Amino acid sequence: MLATPNQGVKNLRLESSADLEKLRKDILAKKNPKKPAIAMCISTGCEALGVKDVIKAFKEELKKHGLENEVEIKETGCIGFCEKGPRVVVYPEEIYYFRVKATDVPEIVSKTLLKKEIVERLLYTDPVSGETARNLAEIPFYKYQNRILMDNNSRVDPKSLEDYIALNGYSALAKVLSSMAPEQVLDEIRKANLRGRGGGGFPTFRKWESTRKAPGEPKYVIVNCDEGDPGAFMNRALMEGNPHSILEGLIIGAYAIGSHEGFVYVRQEYPLAVENMQAAIDSATAHGLLGNNILGSGFDFKVKIHRGAGAFVSGESSALMTAIEGKVGEPRPKYVHTSEKGVWDKPSALNNVETWANVPLIINNGADWFTSIGTAGSKGTKIFALAGKVNNTGLVEVPMGMTLRDIIFKIGGGIRNGKKFKAVQTGGPSGGVIPEQYLDSPVDFDELAKLGSIMGSGGMIVMDEDTCMVDVARYFVNFLCDESCGKCVPCREGLKQARKILDGIVTGNGKEGDIEKLQEIGETTAAAALCALGQTSANPMLTTLRYFRDEYEAHIKEKRCPAMVCKSLISYYIDPTKCRACTLCSRNCPVGAVNGELNKIHLIDQSKCIKCGSCFDVCPPKFRAVTKISGEPVPPPIPEEQRWIKKTGGN
Amino acid sequence: MSSIDRIDKIIDKYECETGVLIQLLLDIQKELNWIPPEAIMRINKRLKIPVSEIYRVASFYTALSLKPRGRHVVRVCAGTACYVRGGPRILDSVERTLGVRAGETTTDGKFTIETVNCLGCCALGPVVEIDGQYFGKQTTTTVGKLLASYT
Repeated sequence: MLATPNQGVKNLRLESSADLEKLRKDILAKKNPKKPAIAMCISTGCEALGVKDVIKAFKEELKKHGLENEVEIKETGCIGFCEKGPRVVVYPEEIYYFRVKATDVPEIVSKTLLKKEIVERLLYTDPVSGETARNLAEIPFYKYQNRILMDNNSRVDPKSLEDYIALNGYSALAKVLSSMAPEQVLDEIRKANLRGRGGGGFPTFRKWESTRKAPGEPKYVIVNCDEGDPGAFMNRALMEGNPHSILEGLIIGAYAIGSHEGFVYVRQEYPLAVENMQAAIDSATAHGLLGNNILGSGFDFKVKIHRGAGAFVSGESSALMTAIEGKVGEPRPKYVHTSEKGVWDKPSALNNVETWANVPLIINNGADWFTSIGTAGSKGTKIFALAGKVNNTGLVEVPMGMTLRDIIFKIGGGIRNGKKFKAVQTGGPSGGVIPEQYLDSPVDFDELAKLGSIMGSGGMIVMDEDTCMVDVARYFVNFLCDESCGKCVPCREGLKQARKILDGIVTGNGKEGDIEKLQEIGETTAAAALCALGQTSANPMLTTLRYFRDEYEAHIKEKRCPAMVCKSLISYYIDPTKCRACTLCSRNCPVGAVNGELNKIHLIDQSKCIKCGSCFDVCPPKFRAVTKISGEPVPPPIPEEQRWIKKTGGN
Repeated sequence: MSSIDRIDKIIDKYECETGVLIQLLLDIQKELNWIPPEAIMRINKRLKIPVSEIYRVASFYTALSLKPRGRHVVRVCAGTACYVRGGPRILDSVERTLGVRAGETTTDGKFTIETVNCLGCCALGPVVEIDGQYFGKQTTTTVGKLLASYT
């Protein structure tokens, strides 16, 4: 642990790059690479799965064996495989255990720590081959990734500056401050062709350069961690897991731009990200990596956290800047760029968390290294939040240009429960759905745009045959309707009308001409809305219309939901030939709509049924008696006398 | 400590800064679980921010509540990943169990139901958060048991 002021060491300040190197050497000299350690992810995902209990169990168990000083317990960030959390890594062997419960802890301590034996059942087991994997490189989920940003998440304690420095942290900053002019930094970022990871893919150096050249002082630099796209959590993982990497990028950017003040904008739904970033700012300040005369270079820079209060539109750059001013976060027309007039009308450069985190890597490894990864127009890696109906949910970092098929099937392990792939939704509410025929498209900024979607911040929601595309379009339009700030008419009124039409379609009131009307509203909104969020708000609607028009037509013409999702268009029905009269569904029905008793085949009273689906959920898979029907009438109930089941072999 | 004292203490932290309104309201929300009218009047008096502007900000952002909330805030994730995994049915189930709709508080003041755009733990969907604690992989049956465990 680094000494904190109350431990009696007064001056932690590093006065020069040489001081930083000396500290790094001291830290490394103190570290014993052979010392056993247990590292656990304490990010939100693993926390929800009970990692706190596992940590507690480890502490108790180590104490029991008198090992509390021999074995270090490390709390680290997310490594992305949230599906299989809580995960535990045992060092120095680097053995990865998944889905660890507190009850597994005694075995890990007695076997792995004391006898160096592996607990086979906690290793990752390949669902296809049945083979187990000891380390990450052997697991398909990781094998195809290129984790230049995420990798350190399992190595550093996010609250420890010491850990970050041990992994060469702040060396890029030291290099910049001691040997590079701001113009050289800009040039390196230009050569690297780094493009904004928040969605737009705008060249980072152009943003920085215009902020640098814009008249007006002070200039501001901003980290955008609003991450309002539902289904995206890569920024959260980076900020929770490795906040110093973002901070280092931000300071370097500030130096290149000539800014002395920065903001980190984090949504308040991410309390742990706020906490870890604040801890990073505090320890960096105490060490003279922030504040006045950073590393003795004469460069001053300070940074403040601003918590977002829950508004999707605040993720838009001009809206985010008005939110920083403490006002309602509404976008404004962009004929004057925020790089010239941003926060308080001063030049401001805003980049996404992931963009900033790439900066130290580019400075340390050079633009040539960075451009060796990726496609012609999109360099480096991108982190995607792979979620929805895919087997391996979590964060995946891949080189730009990997195909959707490789991401979803090789890394994601394909579709859950053996279902059929239908579409993948990229880019959140501003993105679109991409159907099966384009699965071999490479993923980069330009290719996704060609398909009518966007990369966005990296949300990737996989949908299977049980997902209704009209319902998905309605979901996004409804979301955007609620989140529209209301400033411009196309977005405010257009979305509202679109929602009305879509509500009609999913409730069986769709009419001839609805599709054309949706198309027109979508195209008008795309052309005329004020901000990027408004302009892209039509994408979910337009892409589902483009690729899944037949589903819209089934809803409108046949009053049928092919995916059996839209409540008004489906009925639940118990197949009398399959029902074994177990009463499970009748006991779980919240409205008493299931009629039946033991040995008496159950029936659903359609007039009482609220279509909550509880019966469908609880019907044992071996019977599968409860089914969904759409577009055709429910068969009449069977005669009363035929409802009794004669059980053989029993009483 | 009276609520005015608690509000004052929060305002003290921000007195000399500009652009603090949202941060200030978030802190008050955290402390009192809602933004009571007296907080708005107090901010107006001490920081000279017009009441209309405070109301505008407080009503714009979803994290700020102008109505008192229940002892337990149940937030059902309505993010895309939870949505495709049956989030709406979880919300239906919570609403049915508690007898109020999203955005409302039960008459005994015990629960408030809210929806949230994304809690960022999509791997665990559908997710429900109660008082800051996350509960993943919910079904219509488990969520009922979960709610019953709160007193």
